[in-house]
Amino acid sequence: MNKFQKAQQVIASIMALLALQSSIFYALNYPALFFISLIATIGVIRIYYDFLNSGLFDFLLSIIGMTILMIHVYDSPPNGFWPLLISIWLYGWLAVEKITHEKNIAPFFRKLFFIAVPIFFGVWILFAWEVITIGLNIPMVILPSPSLISIQFVNSLETLWADFVQTFVRAALTGYLIGCGSAFIIAILIDKSLFLRRGLLPIGNFISAIPIVGIAPIMIMWFGFDWQSKAAVVVIMTFFPMLVNTVTGLSVNNPIDRDLLKTYASSYTQSLILMRLPAAAPFIFNALKINSTLALIGAIIAEFFGSPTVGLGFRISVEVGRLNLDMVWAEIVVAAIVGSASYGVISFIEKKVTFWHPSNRSTLEK
Amino acid sequence: MSENTFINYFKNSFLPILSIILIIFAVWYIFTVYLNSSIQIDSYERQKIDWDFSDLVRDTMSQKKPLLPAPHQIVSEMWKTIFMIKITSKKSLIFHSYITLSSTLLGFTIGTILGIILAVSIVENKAMDASLMPWIIASQTIPILAIAPMIIIILNAFGLSGLLPKALISTYLSFFPIAVGMVKGLRSPELSYLDLMHTYNSSRLNIFWKLRLPSSVPYLFASMKVAIAISLVGAIVGELPTGAVAGLGARLLTGSYFGLTIQIWSALVMAAILAGTLIFILNFISRITLKRMGVQE
Repeated sequence: MNKFQKAQQVIASIMALLALQSSIFYALNYPALFFISLIATIGVIRIYYDFLNSGLFDFLLSIIGMTILMIHVYDSPPNGFWPLLISIWLYGWLAVEKITHEKNIAPFFRKLFFIAVPIFFGVWILFAWEVITIGLNIPMVILPSPSLISIQFVNSLETLWADFVQTFVRAALTGYLIGCGSAFIIAILIDKSLFLRRGLLPIGNFISAIPIVGIAPIMIMWFGFDWQSKAAVVVIMTFFPMLVNTVTGLSVNNPIDRDLLKTYASSYTQSLILMRLPAAAPFIFNALKINSTLALIGAIIAEFFGSPTVGLGFRISVEVGRLNLDMVWAEIVVAAIVGSASYGVISFIEKKVTFWHPSNRSTLEK
Repeated sequence: MSENTFINYFKNSFLPILSIILIIFAVWYIFTVYLNSSIQIDSYERQKIDWDFSDLVRDTMSQKKPLLPAPHQIVSEMWKTIFMIKITSKKSLIFHSYITLSSTLLGFTIGTILGIILAVSIVENKAMDASLMPWIIASQTIPILAIAPMIIIILNAFGLSGLLPKALISTYLSFFPIAVGMVKGLRSPELSYLDLMHTYNSSRLNIFWKLRLPSSVPYLFASMKVAIAISLVGAIVGELPTGAVAGLGARLLTGSYFGLTIQIWSALVMAAILAGTLIFILNFISRITLKRMGVQE
């Protein structure tokens, strides 16, 4: 245990002591709250007698504390609630601190731990969000609680599904496939000419840096209000990152590989398929990953400029106007799930395709 | 620069770029004529005017609300709104660019500071690394620009309006590349350097100031270039939901309400110029700094 962790544990205990002294008179009404404060206060003693002082105990304390706080928040929060929340939060952090510094853990548990920590962190954020919005009576217009959002989410599944189909399946996905596909083909075509490559690369880089979403109103004029105009925006947004990355990837040059294929008298197509495209794969996947988020963003923002009465961007801008913030957050949840899922799918494919790349081989070296 | 390198530069970089740009302009002019011709022919027939092809070419390039304005129309509109109108006027493009630029720079600055703080705490604290890093990455798979209107309305409810809400959207977008790049940079010193520092018995603070921080500077500049481009996008999108008062985003929105295509295009070109200039300036600063620090490129 280092000084930092000790200080943390002491502060956590002091906070718990505060909670204890204000809840002691209500111990009969809120027994669970009283006991958890009592156990949390003992943290100081645990330092000096080194008794039950592992991260696992803090972890359990944090989980049980969260549950108890959660139960009590829906009626008006009792005395000593907020100091206890701080104390429990500190214990949660402490648990992660202690377990990361723990030297002798079986590799399996270490692996499990590194999956569990981010989840624990996420649960904590949701928990803190719920408890703070409910406990402090924050109006829904400013920040709805996760429970309200999930209720709204379940109640309006049909609308959300329609919006998802309109924005993701029709606009973003179509645009993404056309944009990335055409950029890939053009990159392979211009790859043969050094002149074109030298001219197009700087321009492509420049265009990737400028705010292309601004082209949305023009696309709406050209292709109408429906999803075609959004798909067009996505095509333009995804085209240049893909082009630049593919061209850069194709110019990766490993002399040994090239010489080997030359001794085999391989044709242009053979060397392209067998050597250069696989070598370019990390770059191409990088562009595909960047583009997966760009496509969704592009489709949503293009809807702010005008759209039929369906779509994620349309719903967000309309419901913000009506101050139905829980619906807006439900749409954001959809966007977040879709965004993370498409990113995850591409990363998964990348791992399978470019398994030879150093960044995917780290387990071997460790 | 010797004469030879100059010729090489001209042949290998200037000439190809110039010819590609010329091709783009040529295609643009052809499309201008092609896209605008149907409306033009309609109006000829309504007014019962005889026309030939040269009339058509001339007139399609001087429409008031063309489907695709010709480049020279955009340039003349920009000239008019930049140099012929007082800067304080609401019609001046400089005025709108200034508003967008100021929130971009404010957001970029906050985002850079936040990104650096996050990166330092991730590198120096194992628990932060384990719990924060996955969420930083996850935060960017969420299309955060979609929340832009809501963030602005929430902040308005708190009485914050004007520059800061827009800047916060830029912040949200720009902290990510900075944080990820800095983490990479702070971890970039080789093991032998770290070992050397250990043999000197230097403290963690010393290792940080004398080894980690200097070696992260090239990474910092590389990610700053990405971050500034993306914060410009954030600032422009942040201007959309505020009712289109001022800024390049507002120019885009009012342009799309009234079908003023030339206005939209000039705002777009202005945004492109802004992005190019900002990146150019950063490039310049990074080159000087890295040269001073003795980093070989």
